[in-house]
Amino acid sequence: MILEGRDLEVRYPGVGLPALAGVDAWLRAGEFVAVVGPNGGGKTTLLRALLGAVPLQRGEAKVAGLPVASIPRADLAQIVAALPQREEPAFALRVGEFVQLGRYAHLGPFTPSGPSDRALVRDALERCDAWTLRDRTIDTLSGGEWQRARVARALAQAPRALLLDEPTAALDVRHAMELLELVRDLVASGLGALVVTHELNLAARFADRVILLADGRVQAVGTPREVLTQETLTRVFDWPVAVTTWNGGTPQVVPLRRGETRDP
Amino acid sequence: MTRRLLFVALFVLLTATFGLSLGAVSIAPGEVWRALVDGSSSYGPIIRQLRLPRVILGFLLGGTLAVSGASLQALLRNPLADPYLLGLSGGAGLGAVLAIALGGPIAWAVPAAAFAGALGAVALVYALGRTSSGRLEPRILLLAGVVTSGFATAIMTALMVLSDAAELRNAFLWLLGGLGRASWQSLGLFLIWAPIPLLVLFTAARSLDLLALGEETAGYLGAEVERVKRRVVVSTALLTAAAVAAAGMIGFVGLVVPHAVRRIMGPLHGRLLPIAFAVGGALLVGADTIARVVVRPIELPVGVVTALIGVPVFAILLRREIR
Repeated sequence: MILEGRDLEVRYPGVGLPALAGVDAWLRAGEFVAVVGPNGGGKTTLLRALLGAVPLQRGEAKVAGLPVASIPRADLAQIVAALPQREEPAFALRVGEFVQLGRYAHLGPFTPSGPSDRALVRDALERCDAWTLRDRTIDTLSGGEWQRARVARALAQAPRALLLDEPTAALDVRHAMELLELVRDLVASGLGALVVTHELNLAARFADRVILLADGRVQAVGTPREVLTQETLTRVFDWPVAVTTWNGGTPQVVPLRRGETRDP
Repeated sequence: MTRRLLFVALFVLLTATFGLSLGAVSIAPGEVWRALVDGSSSYGPIIRQLRLPRVILGFLLGGTLAVSGASLQALLRNPLADPYLLGLSGGAGLGAVLAIALGGPIAWAVPAAAFAGALGAVALVYALGRTSSGRLEPRILLLAGVVTSGFATAIMTALMVLSDAAELRNAFLWLLGGLGRASWQSLGLFLIWAPIPLLVLFTAARSLDLLALGEETAGYLGAEVERVKRRVVVSTALLTAAAVAAAGMIGFVGLVVPHAVRRIMGPLHGRLLPIAFAVGGALLVGADTIARVVVRPIELPVGVVTALIGVPVFAILLRREIR
């Protein structure tokens, strides 16, 4: 078990309802977990709670069996690599330098990066198909290139788990598919991946397990087929949907237009 | 990269040589280097007692301001940050004017009061910028710096209007800054004070690389974000207050040098901070030399020269950035 949250409760100051209440969530090695749900349902807060980045009112978050609050950030960064939804660098680094920053937790303030660090950075860039971007500055990258550079930096951390918050949000079909295929490959090589996403249909195709969050609570958890049902989604998103299947069983969600019925 | 470093070294060497050789009396560069090692040279006293401490102090102050500016720009993720931003300018000014209005001796009471005023203002900004959970919020720090400085400047202006004209001129000249008061004593004081906060900033270089990406990302990459922020704010405040006490407020070095060096060396702070130190130091020594000779025998405030050089350079850099 890499990540483990039990009975997590988070309240933001000045907000009446809890952002997260009584949530259990976990991530094992070699597992792809998708976190889905409506806006403001607690997906990003869950990610932060698992990483010890927000104070917990109740419950406990553990990383590699230790309470996350007790783990120095540099040690945590060697176990889990997390990419928040937004990241706006103040200065235009080169992609190679940017990915090299993933080695920070391993190097400390002074140790120069050695051959093994450079090899890891190169490997990370190559796995993300970003080696040719290494001399470009990050302010010149397209949305897809930027996400690949960020995932490469996450891999340079040599983590056991990846936590990605809406990694495909700004990506077209090809780049979204490439990114998730890459994450799936990494999962096959033993990493755990927890991916927050609004793309229900991609979650259905890539995830081993889906956590459906709304109003700060887990509404459903299980395989895509167990979670992504017509009744549950219609209720949770407060919008009628139809669920069909693709390729013999993977659920695919079609939100209905006004006046459309489920059985044309 | 090696060529760029050589260029920087040459810049330092040239400005130091000119700083030692030019002034009210011009001394040939060859004579300067001889006077440094040979006690019998007739120029020995001028070089060793007046110009050498002035050039060394100028170099250290320029370097300190540049490193402080670079660090704050990364911390606040704001390229317009300069070392005086967090309330220091207003606080130092108020302290200095208060000391002059109360008739304190310019030699030590004014620098001491400016120093105390600067640190007092930063302490207030720091307290205002802390959330209830003890986090430092950069946006609030920025705003708190602006309003604190504004408030202190208002009191200072009132004091200046109420005091007589000679006092007012003294206060104004003192604040504009200059290395005219440099001596082995003031250099010694600065050398005792500055190394530790400077070392703290240099050791924070890699953490600043991460902070410049954003605080959440920096934390996930392994930085102890709050600790780094506290250290950087406290260190830059201690350094800048000491710089103000030594030479008044010298503008634009801390704003322009980090920009210029970032363009040449890239934004990674492991390289940026030491090179900015060297370039900022050399620039201030050069500006001080110009201030001494351009309208001899009157000395221009060095802040006027750094602004006259700094503003056009900054404008050109900005134009290139938005090209």
